[in-house]
Amino acid sequence: MAQHIVLDGVSKRFPPARRGGAEIVAVDDVSLAIEQGEIFGIIGYSGAGKSTLVRLINQLEPVTDGRITIGDVPISELRGRRLREQQTGIGMIFQRFNLLSSRTVAGNVAYPLEVVGMGRVERRARVEELLEFVGLAGRADAYPEQLSGGQQQRVGIARALAASPQVLLADEATSALDPETTAEVLDLLARINRELGVTIVVITHEMEVITRIADRVAVMEAGRVVETGTTYDVFTRPQTSTARRFVQTVVRALPEGDELSQLRAQHEGRFFTISFTDEGVSEARVFGALARAGVDFNLVHGGVDDIQGRVYGLLTIAVRGDAEAVDAALAQVGPGVTVEEQR
Amino acid sequence: MNEVVGILPTLAEQTAIMLGIVALSLAFGGIGGLAIGTGLYVTRSGGVLEQRGVWWILNVLVNTVRPIPFIILLAALQPIGRGLVGTGIGTEYAIFAISVAATFGIARIVEQNLVAIPTGVIEAARATGASPWRIIRTVILPEALGPLVLGFTFAVIAIVDMSAVAGLVGGEGLGNYAITYGYRQFDEVVTWSALVVVVIAVQLIQALGNWLARRIMRR
Repeated sequence: MAQHIVLDGVSKRFPPARRGGAEIVAVDDVSLAIEQGEIFGIIGYSGAGKSTLVRLINQLEPVTDGRITIGDVPISELRGRRLREQQTGIGMIFQRFNLLSSRTVAGNVAYPLEVVGMGRVERRARVEELLEFVGLAGRADAYPEQLSGGQQQRVGIARALAASPQVLLADEATSALDPETTAEVLDLLARINRELGVTIVVITHEMEVITRIADRVAVMEAGRVVETGTTYDVFTRPQTSTARRFVQTVVRALPEGDELSQLRAQHEGRFFTISFTDEGVSEARVFGALARAGVDFNLVHGGVDDIQGRVYGLLTIAVRGDAEAVDAALAQVGPGVTVEEQR
Repeated sequence: MNEVVGILPTLAEQTAIMLGIVALSLAFGGIGGLAIGTGLYVTRSGGVLEQRGVWWILNVLVNTVRPIPFIILLAALQPIGRGLVGTGIGTEYAIFAISVAATFGIARIVEQNLVAIPTGVIEAARATGASPWRIIRTVILPEALGPLVLGFTFAVIAIVDMSAVAGLVGGEGLGNYAITYGYRQFDEVVTWSALVVVVIAVQLIQALGNWLARRIMRR
């Protein structure tokens, strides 16, 4: 696939808050290549610089260093009218929706169409089509405060899509929503990606958002991208401690500390953690090997997850029996499964 | 009672003059205040037309004019009034002086109401590629309209207050009537009649402002 959004050595520094204070480095030498038509996730804790990074992509903030191109347009080098023309081709949705309270739903969705100079009749038809698409047909004359959070975000999405952008930026778009509404909004984003071919950049601190819709993900910490890869790879083989912490928010990863001592008090034997992906053999093989060796075991902790339609699991078992037989049995498991003893 | 009936024609005439002074001063001062207040808001750091120099000049100007007691400003502006409106006395000059004072007072009211707009909606408009002027016209002013109406209502009452001193420079109006024919001639009926009319006028203006703001803010 063709590269769509390319960030090359991009930094953003803000002047010190106080005289003589240190400069604030919000984004530090970030290089990324986001492909045409993918959903690219950027995950990080608050303060990691991800919101600043996304504002550099549509140039709500100018870069301090580096270069950003969208398609073949060097957007980070444009100013004034030429920049604004490019911005009409990039939609953005926000955590707090940021709808105009002085306008109805239809008025909000029509806003970007007024900016691009579309005529009144065409505008009305386009607004109707967009509201239909996001499932808000019939609410055109409502005001934002009369809608639920999920509905307001749908209006935000319709507004972002109004001028038929090729890029959609979602800045913590589901962080203010409950889990059910979050799922609906994420499904809508996935549909936009699939049906309209829009490249979507999703900023979040929630790993569920990434595993649900992102094809690839970048992990940010202290202004830097510390890890990039397909969602499945980062999820199943996180390379950095930050990525591991995010993964653990979704799967019940490894029992640690108090939880581990409690499990040990409840279960006898040695503890092993089996991690498996759909690239290798299934966990059943591990269980089979143990059973054939005449070893007794209990499943004490863990879970299996579906990431972008692929399987990933982390299971911890308590094993009782002859130490040599256990080791021999576990040594036989095939590729794609790793077994690690918890000591 | 007979006396009240006797002064009614004059009272009505002077009330009309006062309302005229207030309306014109509100129009001029409102436009000026809206311009300067919006200017302060958009040129401040982080504003859609950030211009530190312009902001600094506007800020100093507002801070300089606003604390001047109106009665002194009314006297001090006479040379400028002669240059700009051709006279330094009378009702016309009073309207000029009140408009100047109202401009700077309203400027701060406007600025304070604009500062309260959530920055996110302006960011959302910027993200659509809207120009700064379009954002001022279609986002900043409409989003703050309800509070602005309340702010202007507040300003009208200050203008009524200022109009009462117009008599100092030979301007007419209810204030001048109360001072010249009531206070100076020990005619308490005149003073109190003028007072009652002013109170009623202010109540009506306030009610109108509240009603309008409520309609705009839909609550």
